[in-house]
Amino acid sequence: MSESKLTKLGKSLDELDARISELRRMVEAGQEAYSDELADLEERADELAAEICSGLTSWDRVMLARHERRPQSSDYISAIIDDFVELHGDRRFGDDRAIIAGIGFLDGQPVAVIGQEKGRTISERATHNFGMARPEGYRKTMRLMRFAAQMGHPIIILIDTPGADCLEASESRGISEAIAANQRDMFSLAVPIVCMVIGEGGSGGAIALGVGDRLLMLEHAYYSVITPEGCAAILWRDPALRERAAQALKLTAPDALELGVIDKVVAETTGGAHRGPYETAANLKGAVLETLEELDGISASELLRTRYEKFRFMGAPAGFGNTGRC
Amino acid sequence: MTSADEKKAPASDSYGEVPPDLWQTCPACNQLLYSPDLEADLWVCSKCGHHLRLTVWQRLQVTADPDSFEEWDGELPLNDPLHFPEYLPKARANQESTGMTEAVLTGRASIDGIAFGVGIMDLSFIGGSMGWVVGERVTRLMERAIAERLPVVIFCASGGARMQESLIALMQMAKTSGAAGTLAQASLPYVSVLTDPTYGGVLASFAFLGDIIIAEQGAAMGFAGPRVVEVTGLRMPKGIQTAEFQYEHGMVDMLLSRRQIRPTLHTILRWCTA
Repeated sequence: MSESKLTKLGKSLDELDARISELRRMVEAGQEAYSDELADLEERADELAAEICSGLTSWDRVMLARHERRPQSSDYISAIIDDFVELHGDRRFGDDRAIIAGIGFLDGQPVAVIGQEKGRTISERATHNFGMARPEGYRKTMRLMRFAAQMGHPIIILIDTPGADCLEASESRGISEAIAANQRDMFSLAVPIVCMVIGEGGSGGAIALGVGDRLLMLEHAYYSVITPEGCAAILWRDPALRERAAQALKLTAPDALELGVIDKVVAETTGGAHRGPYETAANLKGAVLETLEELDGISASELLRTRYEKFRFMGAPAGFGNTGRC
Repeated sequence: MTSADEKKAPASDSYGEVPPDLWQTCPACNQLLYSPDLEADLWVCSKCGHHLRLTVWQRLQVTADPDSFEEWDGELPLNDPLHFPEYLPKARANQESTGMTEAVLTGRASIDGIAFGVGIMDLSFIGGSMGWVVGERVTRLMERAIAERLPVVIFCASGGARMQESLIALMQMAKTSGAAGTLAQASLPYVSVLTDPTYGGVLASFAFLGDIIIAEQGAAMGFAGPRVVEVTGLRMPKGIQTAEFQYEHGMVDMLLSRRQIRPTLHTILRWCTA
């Protein structure tokens, strides 16, 4: 398999972007002499980004979804939610920092917001457990979601996890039960729920927050029941076959749309959200607002019925779809 | 439909009249066990107490009234939503070799005349993994139980969600979890029995949503399946992914030997339907 453009050119683009950041800082600090060079580099970078994105493989998207500078939930929450008040704890055991949960305003609309956070620095990653939530994290989200339903306000969920935490501590507190209960109970919340995979949609850890009225994915996010490396290792006993596995798993956003699992793919800055976090955040905000407007005014019973049917008939072969069964 | 008896029917071979599967070895202690005695012991080793894994028909035999089982939704077609390489041939080969159509058998059965909707999973069919057919059968089981006002009992055994159906398999977790919620809303009970082994996407969806959860003695269970643990190099200490561990941490209602399951289910069903 020939080397992907991202593999060949991605590093050059990262280096260009780094130089651009530097120049931008200098120009903003008043060093006008660099503005020509800056404009030139920005143009070259955008061309390179477009070149790379013209031939992205599924594995490329996995790498973009895992890019170390990719914006995370906290970045989007800062960018689009006003007066965010963060809530903590599951009232049973502790607070899971792998999940941010709280209330705030989106363009003046009161919303509940949940976001999985992976962290960037070594210390942050330890604090957030690399975005691998534990039972108390999912239970915290259910507490907030019930409160949002009680108050009649929509719930926005940003999914970004390599998978749920599965170690002894999580087993001892019921990680499977927490994931199962979340999925079951999200079907009974009578407020609009919008779920968006912004990075890694890691299997059970993601679906535990993934029952919604509308499912969205950022352009380069992935959503899968297993990682491509895991799939290659288990099915073909060769983790090096991860690129083939990524393709077979149909884990990209366009794949999920075609499979009828998600409703919308949200565009990122060319080359990945990390190249244009504000622009991508604006796209994300726009998509969420548009989705909330679509869901506005639907009666509670209608909302719950269509949410149930959405998942009831996903992936059904021809002839087994919604024929009025429910 | 192939019955347990038919599957055990011995073929006469070059050694004369002794059928090849008259004796079985206990996978735990290597004791040679005489098949008819083993069957009378509900496929529990008389030497060490190891509970051997059961086929769906063996599970029916040790649980339900004879001839009480009526299959539902046996006709659902194999589904390959991703057109995953090698998947359909593998599924068809599994159908041939196991006699099952998919990893779960669903329908109606009774214990001492009390009817209930039943689901039984079996690891022999693609590792007991859940894809669309398993999710659909489990969901239809619950829907029909609501229509016919039946309690539901599901014997779970699974390696997890089916990789070859990826996102569609993942969505079955949500679908079956939602269905379990509708049973409760309809004031019907759901008993889940966790058997050896139950992992991953099945454990983290309908398996852990029983109103009453029974763990069968010796069953292995955990969120991360053993192959996932193996390929990610996770350190999973012994004793964590066990029924005993779940019971000690308050996650399951009871830990029962195989012999205790039928009478206990009967009492629960009597209580629920009184």
